[in-house]
Amino acid sequence: MTVRLQIDGLAVRRGGRRLFQGLSLTLAAGQAAALTGPNGSGKTSLLRAVAGLIAPEAGTIGFGAIDPARARAEDLHILGHLDGLKPGRTGREELSFWTRWMGGDTASLEAAAGRLEIGALLDLEVRRLSAGQRRRLALARLIAAPRPIWLLDEPLSPLDARWRVRMGEIMAEHLKSGGVILAAVHDPLPIPALSLEIPEEGRVVA
Amino acid sequence: MSRAYELLRREVALAWGRGGGPLVSVGFYAGVATLLPLATGPEPARLAAIAPGAAWTTLALAALLSLDRLFERDYEDGALDLLSLSPLPLELACAIKCLGQWLATGAPLALFAPVAAIALGAHITLAPLIFASALVGGLAFAFTGGIGAALSLGARRGGLLTAVIVLPLFVPPVIFGGGALDAFVAGLPWRAGFTLLCAYTAAAVALGPVAMAAACRNALS
Repeated sequence: MTVRLQIDGLAVRRGGRRLFQGLSLTLAAGQAAALTGPNGSGKTSLLRAVAGLIAPEAGTIGFGAIDPARARAEDLHILGHLDGLKPGRTGREELSFWTRWMGGDTASLEAAAGRLEIGALLDLEVRRLSAGQRRRLALARLIAAPRPIWLLDEPLSPLDARWRVRMGEIMAEHLKSGGVILAAVHDPLPIPALSLEIPEEGRVVA
Repeated sequence: MSRAYELLRREVALAWGRGGGPLVSVGFYAGVATLLPLATGPEPARLAAIAPGAAWTTLALAALLSLDRLFERDYEDGALDLLSLSPLPLELACAIKCLGQWLATGAPLALFAPVAAIALGAHITLAPLIFASALVGGLAFAFTGGIGAALSLGARRGGLLTAVIVLPLFVPPVIFGGGALDAFVAGLPWRAGFTLLCAYTAAAVALGPVAMAAACRNALS
């Protein structure tokens, strides 16, 4: 199996404080990892470092044979509680823009909207959606623009029980098609996943 | 290319909606043009003399109005993260954001500027030059303003910081543009001023996005 994501000896420092060091993780195609740790331990920072948004203090992040800059531009989704959706625009305007920006098309957009059952919500302004509906709109982007690496920050938290199950199915399908998922979570992921814990402070145990 | 077009459409729509969009800028402009005669006295000769200069001052200030939200909103809601994860370089995305800002607020202001100047008593032959220089100058305001907006990302009271950073960058286009108008009124050669304005704008369009993208990356990290 091809290696999709390789983190080696990673250390990240934020605001003068070292969040973690010596973090290593290898995810091959079809593998998922659940990232756990207390609030403020650096889960989000790790995801942002993988996405190239923050520079690590030490260590490397590789994407198999693909050049990291290219991988980040074309092969990677990041989804957190900041979802980039503008409250004053309709769901359709926002989903359609982000789908095209991330490399999807109209057909994949319609498929994603059907999959997450947001067809009826697309004509509403984003501000009128509930937290769970808004999260489903953000998640639709992952399916509408196919990219193999998913970095998810608390992807399930605003979802109800039914949608957590559905999201598990969607993630399982993504893994089956050769994707990888790195998800920061507090509750267990609904899919088989490696476990990676960031302790309060200090060395990481994988 | 479709990515760039989609982003431009989104940016124009967002800038249009940003706090009332072009109407606020044009309304601000109209407000200044109305207050000016009341403040300086209504003698037509004096008003006609200051009309071109007033047009430029007001243009620069109106351009500042909607600037502080240019990157701030995308930064706050995470859209800037996603904008950087694309085959389109962040530099180009920043340039497109400024272009959208210009289309939504600069272009309507350029249309309105000659009207306001003529209402203040400027001669009607001045209208085409006011329009052209406001159009070109507005582009310089959008691109240099974008640098200020990107640099003040994440700062409290970023709007004030943006104004402080940007005002010195607004000085050359005001001098060149205002100078060209004054020269035109006095019957002197005005092309040099206008050409310098175009050159400054070209430099801002070429170099501004590099600075904006660097400032955005810095704010994200």
